[in-house]
Amino acid sequence: MPWHIAALQQLINGLALGSVYALIALGYTMVYGIIQLINFAHGEIYMLGAYFGFYAITLLNLSLLPAMLVSMAAAALVGVLLERVAYRPLRNSPRISVLITAIGASLLFQSTAQLVFGASFKPFPQAMPFRRIQLGPIFITNRQLLIFGVAVLLMILLHVLVTYTTFGKAMRAVARDKEAAVLMGINIDRIISATFALGSALAATAGILVGMYYNRIDPYMGMMPGLKAFVAAVLGGIGIVPGAVVGGLLMGVAENLVVTLGSSTLRDAVAFAVLIVVLLVRPAGLLGKKGIEKV
Amino acid sequence: MQKLRSLLKIALLLLLYGGVRFLEGSGLLLPYHVQVLSLACINIILVVSLNLINGFTGQFSIGHAGFFAIGAYLSAYLTVRVQAPFVPALICGGILAGLAGLAVGLPALRLRGDYLAISTLGFGEIIRVIILNTPAVGGAKGFSGIPKYTTFGLAYLTAIITVVAIRNFVSSDYGRACMAVREDEIAAESLGVNSTYFKVLAFALGAFFAGTAGGLFAHYLQYLAPTPNQIGFVKSIDILIMLVLGGLGSLTGSILAAIILTIIPEFLRGFAEYRMIIYPLLLIIVMLRRPTGLLAGRELSLDSVLDFWKGAKARAHNS
Repeated sequence: MPWHIAALQQLINGLALGSVYALIALGYTMVYGIIQLINFAHGEIYMLGAYFGFYAITLLNLSLLPAMLVSMAAAALVGVLLERVAYRPLRNSPRISVLITAIGASLLFQSTAQLVFGASFKPFPQAMPFRRIQLGPIFITNRQLLIFGVAVLLMILLHVLVTYTTFGKAMRAVARDKEAAVLMGINIDRIISATFALGSALAATAGILVGMYYNRIDPYMGMMPGLKAFVAAVLGGIGIVPGAVVGGLLMGVAENLVVTLGSSTLRDAVAFAVLIVVLLVRPAGLLGKKGIEKV
Repeated sequence: MQKLRSLLKIALLLLLYGGVRFLEGSGLLLPYHVQVLSLACINIILVVSLNLINGFTGQFSIGHAGFFAIGAYLSAYLTVRVQAPFVPALICGGILAGLAGLAVGLPALRLRGDYLAISTLGFGEIIRVIILNTPAVGGAKGFSGIPKYTTFGLAYLTAIITVVAIRNFVSSDYGRACMAVREDEIAAESLGVNSTYFKVLAFALGAFFAGTAGGLFAHYLQYLAPTPNQIGFVKSIDILIMLVLGGLGSLTGSILAAIILTIIPEFLRGFAEYRMIIYPLLLIIVMLRRPTGLLAGRELSLDSVLDFWKGAKARAHNS
């Protein structure tokens, strides 16, 4: 295959992977925007979402769409509980304490999942037959189309929610200034819970999509994509919703291009190299504005 | 009096070493037990050196295993492939790790808190991926055939040197400056503390000791695997858990936590899968209930034990 066609093919694969990163990154960025916390356990919510979807399909015999909704609801519940139990009591503590708690929560989810679901991977039930659509020299699979479709739909819904509804307005207000938001009669606890629910639901969808795409799920699947999605959020400018989408897509494409150019073991290093470069060159991210630090 | 107390401390340390050797000789301590104790010494070096970066200077690093890995692989490479003598190889490993610490410390000038945490994590993973792709040190197969040079005595001695060096550093002007940076960087800057310099210094020094610990580890277990458990993310978190449990900014807390958390899992071998549930739970509960750790910023010293003992005697006398 000539290189430009290979590159084009990898671009499509990269965009599919990137949409998944974007879905996870949205959760990171919304939570960070609202309480300035890197929710380390977010990758694990994505993993749990995949398992919830798996059991919804295999045990409850649901088809893909209802299974996705069930998984989104269950993951949202886990996210809300996590915030309620582990993060809320520490809201006024040093950020390091909260970060350590988040790391602890992430490990806890991982090892509990390993104990409950088993350490070995599970093949994800194929809720739709595999099909390859040839577009001239390159091809796109129906699973990739599903990922694009679901991701774009959810992003549009999220955009509408954040921009045009009262809830979205309240959310932006809390992100801008918590004290002022309270004075305006906004119940910030509820807004924060809702933000966790929203982010977790998006991550759960991403989990199911990836389970279908790679045909397997395991208790450790959340770690790397979680970290990479975080990098994506930073790349786009953390706290900025469209930034997460841009960052996620860029990360997915960059990773797949590195695989085409050379080693596939280096793909995991790409994300972190990108992160360090972004933090050094443009810490506010691609779409971010430089803030002023007040003393 | 001061001299007497330092002599007493040295005597106690020697007694502890002699006790272990005696029990080993009489067969009460099996080689397995001595191995656990040696690993505890290596963990003490790791936790105390991380304490310098995280606890005393307030730069949140979760990539400590990266420095550990650099020291482990370089020193093993030197003794196996170059046939270098052990101690210089150990020091070379430490120095390269220290240089890496310098390289990580430099971006730390611009990053704060969680951003720094993530980039140190990224750094650790990059190191692991590089090792994974370096056939000269075994690549993904792991590095085997490392001679067994590390003894319990050497690990013990290095742990003592590390603790003394870091304690002296922390109680020197340099250490005070590091703590000033931790408490309030802007205030420290305005008082003429070059915060950049001290952050980088703390990183380089902490990394040096972590690299030395890596060299000791490599020549103790004689095998290195580029897995997250041994030199990656999970290892970094393990060190972090010990540090946090012992208390940020407390050297004795670090030592105690390192010993306890190295020994306890050995008793729980049969419940290995529960260990990874208990650890994070412990971490969360400590953060929720006692976010400062067991001995936050305080030290358990011989003096305080003696004073306590005297006080108890006095109280017993009075009653």
